[in-house]
Amino acid sequence: MTADRSLVHIAIHVAVISALGYYLPAFTTPLTGSVPITVQSMGIMLAGVMLGPVRGALAVLLFLLIVALGMPLLSGGRGGIGVFLLPSVGFLVGFPVAAFVCGLMMQALKHRPVFPAALLASFVGGIVVLYPFGILGISVVAQKPLFESAVGALIYLPGDMLKCLATAFVATTIDRGRPDAIFPRQ
Amino acid sequence: MISAYLPGTTILHRIGAGWKLIGLLATSMLLLPVGSPVVLAGALVLVLAVLASLGAGAATVLRSLKPLAAVVVFILLLHALFGTLDAGIVVALRLASLLLLATLITLTTRLDDMLDALTPVLRPAAFFGLSERRLALAIALSIRFTPMLIDVMHQLNEAYRARSGRNGHVRLVAPLCLHALNAADHIAEALAARGGADGCPPEGGAPKKDRSENDR
Repeated sequence: MTADRSLVHIAIHVAVISALGYYLPAFTTPLTGSVPITVQSMGIMLAGVMLGPVRGALAVLLFLLIVALGMPLLSGGRGGIGVFLLPSVGFLVGFPVAAFVCGLMMQALKHRPVFPAALLASFVGGIVVLYPFGILGISVVAQKPLFESAVGALIYLPGDMLKCLATAFVATTIDRGRPDAIFPRQ
Repeated sequence: MISAYLPGTTILHRIGAGWKLIGLLATSMLLLPVGSPVVLAGALVLVLAVLASLGAGAATVLRSLKPLAAVVVFILLLHALFGTLDAGIVVALRLASLLLLATLITLTTRLDDMLDALTPVLRPAAFFGLSERRLALAIALSIRFTPMLIDVMHQLNEAYRARSGRNGHVRLVAPLCLHALNAADHIAEALAARGGADGCPPEGGAPKKDRSENDR
């Protein structure tokens, strides 16, 4: 894959992440004030799963850069530097790392079937790696002890587990439609 | 086209984007160690004065701040319920001032100006073989294709509803990705046909714009 094609795929995936946040409504719980559950974070897991570690992380970084520049692309139409001052900032900071780890896992599991590989990759990247970042963010910005922040973040765990499952289904469908599309498996 | 820019010619619009960003950074660092509610309330009043300088636009800004206000109230409640109200007030005041200031800066600065101001900060990206030009192209492409993919998603949802009577929701993600992959192939070809991301004769920003406008 040439550098130019990489660039285009990265840019298009940024648009995919944005479209997911813009079009699909967030799952709301009564406490969704500070950490919204959205389909958008599926776009983060998919970045790693489809683009691989480096390109996936670059796509997520580019997305965050464009959000910081003021484009209202985060779900709920949020954007601007202000979003990096909210308690959910930890998740934003962890997103590129999560995408990177997702991509690494997909590469490591390239000879396994797509479904379990994508499921494990998105679980490790999107939950095991992402949550410590998110919890630390809540703790620092909202000035709450780590344990309370972790308990607060736990209410989003079921939603995120479902998202891992959905990501695995999506990856399987994409693999069936375009077997060349999942770069870490090439 | 989606954008969060409030047109106008107020003082805030005329200050350079770089200075505004530095101002926000400095304010956040100044307010972080402050623990006195009186000083923080004073800071909030100052930021509200900046908001008032927008004149008629101030009402639009306030309306767009509703979701952020909910976050601040949520944090205040969290502290009042599980900690002390005093700590909650301090955190909420600090957050409110910074969020308001950040929103004001975002709303009064054009995307191009923001990008120009960030160019020196982005320069280290060159270490990873990423020139400013390529970065600018990637940003332009991303922003150009977001509305297109939102439109694709809308059409996919309409088609799904026609078949099932329900909204597609998560089921739309896979077809959206396939559409995006096809679009990426076309754009990559179009880019190669025009000499690649670095191959164009340097004529300022014009060729880049053509490329992202025409090839869908």
